Amino acid sequence: MNAWLRRVLILVLIALAIGAPLGQGNYIIYVMTSWLIFSIAAMGLNLTLGYAGQISLAQASFMAIGAYTTALLTLSGWHWLAAMPLGVLACFVVGFGLGYPALRVKGHFLAFVTLAFNTLVFLVLRNEEWLTGGTYGLVGIPRPTFGLFSTMRSLPFYYFTLMVTIIAALAMWGIVRSPWGRAFRALRENPIRAESLGVDTRRITLLAFAIGSMYGGLAGALIASLVQFIEPGSFGLAHSLRILLMVAVGGAGYFFGPFLGAGVVILLPEILRFTEGYYLIIYAVLVIVMLIFVPSGMIGIWGRIRDRFIARPVARADLQQGAQLK
Amino acid sequence: MSQPVLSVRRIEKSFGGIKAVRGVSFDVHKGEILGLIGPNGSGKSTLFNCILGQLEPDAGQVHVNGRDVSGLRPSKLNRLGVGRTFQQLAVFPQMSVFDNIVLAGQEHRGTMLSRLFGPSDARLTADAERMISFFRLNHLRGTLAGSLSYGQQKLLDAAMAFMAGPALVLLDEPAGGVNLTMLAHLRERLAAYNAEHGTTFVVIEHNMEFVMSLCTRVIVLAEGAVIAEGTPDEIRSNQTVIDAYLGG
Repeated sequence: MNAWLRRVLILVLIALAIGAPLGQGNYIIYVMTSWLIFSIAAMGLNLTLGYAGQISLAQASFMAIGAYTTALLTLSGWHWLAAMPLGVLACFVVGFGLGYPALRVKGHFLAFVTLAFNTLVFLVLRNEEWLTGGTYGLVGIPRPTFGLFSTMRSLPFYYFTLMVTIIAALAMWGIVRSPWGRAFRALRENPIRAESLGVDTRRITLLAFAIGSMYGGLAGALIASLVQFIEPGSFGLAHSLRILLMVAVGGAGYFFGPFLGAGVVILLPEILRFTEGYYLIIYAVLVIVMLIFVPSGMIGIWGRIRDRFIARPVARADLQQGAQLK
Repeated sequence: MSQPVLSVRRIEKSFGGIKAVRGVSFDVHKGEILGLIGPNGSGKSTLFNCILGQLEPDAGQVHVNGRDVSGLRPSKLNRLGVGRTFQQLAVFPQMSVFDNIVLAGQEHRGTMLSRLFGPSDARLTADAERMISFFRLNHLRGTLAGSLSYGQQKLLDAAMAFMAGPALVLLDEPAGGVNLTMLAHLRERLAAYNAEHGTTFVVIEHNMEFVMSLCTRVIVLAEGAVIAEGTPDEIRSNQTVIDAYLGG
């Protein structure tokens, strides 16, 4: 897709995102806001997994860290704009730390390490009642107000979330287009070759986790204000798997993949509600069929359509890349 | 004589009970093209990986331009001006030829932060174009590296090793699996780069014709030890070398 067409498409999508909630009820606006928030969380995991190739089953726990930090601070009188950066910073630090196991273990083993971390965070949130409210959670989390612009009603909060999403997406675009983005992809494709070309693969691995976690934290800060109530069950392993599904369904390693993936995972069950009791079955079958036939996700469907009409070279499957010493 | 660019001193490496490298020492001086040959299992690749920090030697030191680099990580060694190619294909298949080349140079430009906030090409477009042109890959600039032929990927691998302007490049079987036309092209480009930049090469290779026509000096390894050293002509007529290759 050329740059001009891409810009037009992005502007059309933003216009649609601005216009879509107008005239809709609170529930539809709530679902659309959730889609934006989970797109941010999936964007972060897409950087860690899709671009840098490091599996993580802990994205929901970073949403939890962002959500609880923001909730605790806003409940004690801080403005969201002051509380959110602290939540995001906490995620950066913890994410950096979680990256260390990735320096020693890969693949399934790394998945289990991150899974254990997710469980650990869940248990801390549940058991440390004096701080987190335990299973009762935290209630009455305020939404931000900016002078005359209050986000207490659902539509203003949607637009506020949309603005944050656009800023987060622009920042992600800058990262993946920068030399850092190239280094992340090099880490995914051939870490030993990358290291031999001067890429500090340890630092890049840690940064992939840390930055991906920051996006989880930002999504958490928003979800706390959207729901105005948080409890540990909202950030369990099932939610990490859900975010992973968003990345896989949308297309791991593609910039727009998380938006599509979050759209499918959040919006499709709502659309299928007319089928009543069957909607989850239909949803699950659709996801399974898609991942079997288009493993590169929804973006891959566009790629397949394009390849039918425009011939272009693809990476050969018959030549094995080497340099896999360790 | 001037300080050697690469100095290898008494390197030893064992895998379990098998001694792969037995106290190998040699020097390589600026502008030299040293060939490292030997039968299969003679310890060439193990020695290479010990020099380049991919394996930790059991004993011995490696100096680059007088600095002890033993145990340094490959990325740090690369930043000190040591490039390498790999025996097997080692490009980034889902990136274009241009991106592969830029990646090979970007870590030598600016700081970590400037690489995040600076331009996408790390101001390397002109250098990358020159390198692409030098290895005559111009027509493949925007092509996915993974879609190139085997020989073209080998050529790209070499171009990546030279992108950061290294003082020393270690080439691990650059001719392996490359057809005769591409091989002549690769040999000619390596010789031209050495002549233009005075870069020092160490080449592991099984293709004797390639080694003898490219290298200025050759070291022969057998069973992890140096058994001969000399000019290509001296090595060709060395009876110990002939015996080692023929199993005599």
